[in-house]
Amino acid sequence: MKNRRSLLAVPYVGWMALFVIAPILIMVVYSFTTAAFDPTLANYTGMGTYTSIFLRSFQLALIATAICLLVGYPLAYVMAKEGPGFQRTATVLIMLPMWVNFLLRTYAWMAILENNGLLNQLFDLIGLFDLINGLFGTDIEFFRMIRTQGAVVLGMVYNYLPFMVLPIYSVIIKLDHSLLEAARDLGADTAGVFRRVILPLSLPGVLSGVTMVFVPSVSTFAISQLLGGGTHMLLGNLIELQFLGGAYNPHLGSAIAMVMMVIVIICMWIMNRFGEGEEQAVVL
Amino acid sequence: MRKSRRIGSRFFMGLVFLFLYAPILLMIVFSFNAGNSNVVWQGFSLRWYEELFQDRTILQSLYTTLLVSVLATAVATVAGTFAAVGFYSMRRRTRSVLMNVNNIPMMNADIVTGVSLCLLFVAVFGLWNEFAANYRITLNLFGSLYRITFPELSLGFGTMLIAHITFNIPYVILSVGPKLRQMDNNLVDAARDLGCTWMGAFFKVILPEIKPGIVSGALIAFTMSVDDFVISYFTAGSSVSTLAMEIYSMARRRVSPEINAVSTLLFVVVLVLLVVVNLREARAEKAAARRGA
Repeated sequence: MKNRRSLLAVPYVGWMALFVIAPILIMVVYSFTTAAFDPTLANYTGMGTYTSIFLRSFQLALIATAICLLVGYPLAYVMAKEGPGFQRTATVLIMLPMWVNFLLRTYAWMAILENNGLLNQLFDLIGLFDLINGLFGTDIEFFRMIRTQGAVVLGMVYNYLPFMVLPIYSVIIKLDHSLLEAARDLGADTAGVFRRVILPLSLPGVLSGVTMVFVPSVSTFAISQLLGGGTHMLLGNLIELQFLGGAYNPHLGSAIAMVMMVIVIICMWIMNRFGEGEEQAVVL
Repeated sequence: MRKSRRIGSRFFMGLVFLFLYAPILLMIVFSFNAGNSNVVWQGFSLRWYEELFQDRTILQSLYTTLLVSVLATAVATVAGTFAAVGFYSMRRRTRSVLMNVNNIPMMNADIVTGVSLCLLFVAVFGLWNEFAANYRITLNLFGSLYRITFPELSLGFGTMLIAHITFNIPYVILSVGPKLRQMDNNLVDAARDLGCTWMGAFFKVILPEIKPGIVSGALIAFTMSVDDFVISYFTAGSSVSTLAMEIYSMARRRVSPEINAVSTLLFVVVLVLLVVVNLREARAEKAAARRGA
């Protein structure tokens, strides 16, 4: 009986073999071969050239993830303390920007961060530049914000913050309230309850939030292209260049993607050790 | 003390939402700008909306975006629901292996998913096209010769749709799964004992139980499809493009303010839909609460 029902999954298992497993295997083959499909390790041994790009990508993604956590955790926490109507509205408000494609939103940031953009206009309007020029005797007319690494980090935080907030929120909201009351009855103050009960119990949400922010951040190419002006190349840009860009070399591109994937998997594995092996990840 | 903390937390929330919505507000405001700048306000006009409705390229890409999202969501919701029911009828060991494979597209970076699918399609189509170029079937029907050639395949809407379905199904399974776990399996047995067929039990017992999971799975899948750029970019080839791909290629030259107009329209439609759905839900909940009390 039950076994017959399990046959329902057969089409999807076939689909996964074809479109999940096979593509990755093909990528592995590409990464170990030359353009003529002779086996080689050159794609990997030459990776040293790109060390700076690897470092920059991981550094910017780490900063963005940290900022998302610092903003996202308190936000999820205060949201979970509100009434049900407010909570629903807040959740919708967090999801809503995702319906405007992320490229559109990133593009809107370009107009804000431009040298003659709205933020600089605002600074000018409130007399910030006059103040600074008066104080330091400088002669600045704008802050250079776009085409900097800061702008890239901002784009990452902006785009992926919901991915940090929602998993944490959905874990906190499901916390058993009797545990909090028990902690309070046993003499813990608010800070103690948070540190000893809420924080450890919300760790699965934090871990999946960190994953969901870090992975797209470290591999992005659109954000760095639009807000970084293409001057601060990230891993994503490097990979894109090998597949659709001028430096067409899918074999090298596959190798870079493989290395990135392996580093990310190792990071996740180490992190999940800290989380004491929560079996299921929390998504949304 | 308590009250001030509450004001503080509301203020913090307000700031974060301001950050999240500032670019969107800006986009909406400047979609009504008379000039073609995104920075300097030159008076109110509907010029960009008029131009938008005459711009075949942007309308076509909007259509492509919506079509691929709707189709992928529909297929992924059905396939994902069946797959989830199948998964939860399996032995624990098998299920956990399959669930790990299922998680791959979700955990992998989009660019890895996109690039690997692109390689697969290129490799398979390469083999196919070589075959198609060298072999044709010649038929002799009623004295006249018919020559059947195999069509040449290339990246396009179909490959993009396959990619979208592939990354959508895991989200459906993930949101249907918990509902299946909560479901009382005795219900299915009871239905079978009372003479329900195997399929009847599925449609009459299981489906109503897991419906909320299916709905939220479909919603997440659609959101992911609409929001996607990276995977489409690598799997769509050069013949079709979604709205996001259009913007990305524009951004290297100059982005037309029509983009502001089309995003504003999309945003307003989604906003209205969400408000309606939420109001209805809230009303239903209130009614249920009253009935309960």
